[in-house]
Amino acid sequence: MASRLMALWDWFDSRMPSVAEEFRKHLAEYYAPKNFNFWYFFGALSILVLAIQIVSGIFLTMNYKPDAALAFGSVEYIMRDVPGGWVIRYIHSTGASAFFLDVYLHMFRGLLYGSYKQPRELIWIFGVLIYLTLMAEAFMGYLLPWGQMSYWGAQVIVNLFSSIPFIGPDLALWIRGDYVVSDATLNRFFALHVIAIPLVLLGLVAAHILALHDVGSNNPDGIEIKKTKGPDGHPLDGIPFHPYYTVKDIVGAVVFLALFSVVVFFVPEMGGYFLEYNNYVPADPLKTPAHIAPLWYFTPYYSILRAVPPLFNSVFPGVAMMGLSTLILFFLPWLDRSPVKSIRYRGGLYKGAVAIFVLTFLVLGYLGTEPVTVWGQAGAWLGYADRATIAARICTLLYFAFFFLMPWYTAIDKTKPVPERVTM
Amino acid sequence: MKKLLLAIVFLPAVALAAEAGYRLDRAPIDPKDLVSLQAGARTFVNYCLNCHGAEFMRYNRLTDLGLTETQIRDNLIFTDAKVGDTMKVALTAKDGKAMFGAAPPDLTVVGRSRGADWLYTYLRSFYRDPKSPTGWNNAVFPEVAMPHALWTLQGERALEVVSRDAQHAPPEYKWSQLSPGAENAVQYDTTVRDLVNFLVYVGEPAANDRKRIGIVVLFALGVLFIFAYALKKEYWKDVK
Repeated sequence: MASRLMALWDWFDSRMPSVAEEFRKHLAEYYAPKNFNFWYFFGALSILVLAIQIVSGIFLTMNYKPDAALAFGSVEYIMRDVPGGWVIRYIHSTGASAFFLDVYLHMFRGLLYGSYKQPRELIWIFGVLIYLTLMAEAFMGYLLPWGQMSYWGAQVIVNLFSSIPFIGPDLALWIRGDYVVSDATLNRFFALHVIAIPLVLLGLVAAHILALHDVGSNNPDGIEIKKTKGPDGHPLDGIPFHPYYTVKDIVGAVVFLALFSVVVFFVPEMGGYFLEYNNYVPADPLKTPAHIAPLWYFTPYYSILRAVPPLFNSVFPGVAMMGLSTLILFFLPWLDRSPVKSIRYRGGLYKGAVAIFVLTFLVLGYLGTEPVTVWGQAGAWLGYADRATIAARICTLLYFAFFFLMPWYTAIDKTKPVPERVTM
Repeated sequence: MKKLLLAIVFLPAVALAAEAGYRLDRAPIDPKDLVSLQAGARTFVNYCLNCHGAEFMRYNRLTDLGLTETQIRDNLIFTDAKVGDTMKVALTAKDGKAMFGAAPPDLTVVGRSRGADWLYTYLRSFYRDPKSPTGWNNAVFPEVAMPHALWTLQGERALEVVSRDAQHAPPEYKWSQLSPGAENAVQYDTTVRDLVNFLVYVGEPAANDRKRIGIVVLFALGVLFIFAYALKKEYWKDVK
């Protein structure tokens, strides 16, 4: 029996790229640095969440109806009448936030250890593309429940495109397929959310991993482990990804799933941050809600949008700055002039810059969830402007300063000597 | 459209500030109290379901509350609806708009959009207002189109708002009873508590199951963690 199975396997393996060969190349003989720390869990976890989103999404489409008259009710149908529907729906809604949380921590890891630096620029670029694609995916998915926040959030974001000079209004019309967000918009967003963008996302993830496995992983010391190889030709500081990192990532996955389950089963709305209360009101094109806020993962950019003052009665400057704030990530590998990769061997300038940047991002994120009046008004000397707006403007400047001044402060920063071998 | 965009992006939260006026009481609800939920269901079908529907909620789901389908059919369905039907209302949105100025919203998920505290305070804050079209107004939701549906229980009340220093101190609310209702203040609070408890349940009927299953899931993951961690420890013994 066993030999029959082996024969079948050989028949199979000789007629396509060798599975065993790929397994060796990407897992059993992919040598990863042995000194990965906590921050290195989030790449694998992002893949786990991607899988969770795809599977839960498939089950949701079985009962969801992409129709302006039926969408809201079909979500409630899933929540009540479909056996286990509520857990699938909460897994998907929590998964969206978890995906962004993982990706943000994964990107922050890159910032800490200079993972975007030569020779990993292309990995970083694929990564930023994944991030932008994920934003499109989340934005379109959020329209589908067809609640007030779904509707008006989409209305606001699509209208941002209409502020682009010359082509804006036609572009917005083309995206919506109607003069306002409507059934036509819902239908196309559904198509894009469930198949078009996930396909792009999967392709980019494959490219991201292939590029990574070609040049090899960075590590908390920012040392190229391929420089010191043993007599067997394998890096001395490397260990095979499988089994060492597969068993380690399983531990990470179990801890992650426990935290994930706490949200899914005990606080699925997460205080209105994962599922907004106002989204339990069906979309009403005639009733604009008093306070429209995007979900938490977009709020830093939403803050930047609101912080930039309009020019000639057009919000385009804000839209342009918001676009720039994400696109600038592409240039990070070339903005950073430091001779070392890891923050461990960088000087105080870079450490300070990263600390300020993190704080800035969090403050912008918080302000984006609140109305601009949240901190009251400043005194007469500032023209009674909203304090939150002033703070958001300062943070916006700091956000861009982190990137635009990077060539300068990373070049003059005092670095420490980097050891030859990794430290555990 | 551009003006709308400007208005939204640079919105001063005027409406939010207006609603922040009346302090909400904490709703003392208990999602496991079946007696309270049953009482809330009775109040809901008697007083709310004439104008508001709960069109995503099925009558026979109320078996969650410890009722049999026969009990539901005999005590909670007043229309020709079957026990497997959803809690629809005969009043159309169009008629509702003509009668009240705004169509009564569906209440299936109102417990989720408004929250228990808001509902609990709102339903206890109606007062007589000769200036309003229905003769009623509400301290939590000023100028609300809905009249006081439970007034025969609470009776008629009046509200006097005393604002000494509108700039700094919040205004003082002085309630007075104009005519008694069928219930005293404590009984009425209990009635509303039960109704809000029921509305929160209807908002998410699976909530109790969710928490129960969640504990099992976390326990299973805890056990899995022990094995996963032991496996990792075993493999990583050779990494130096």
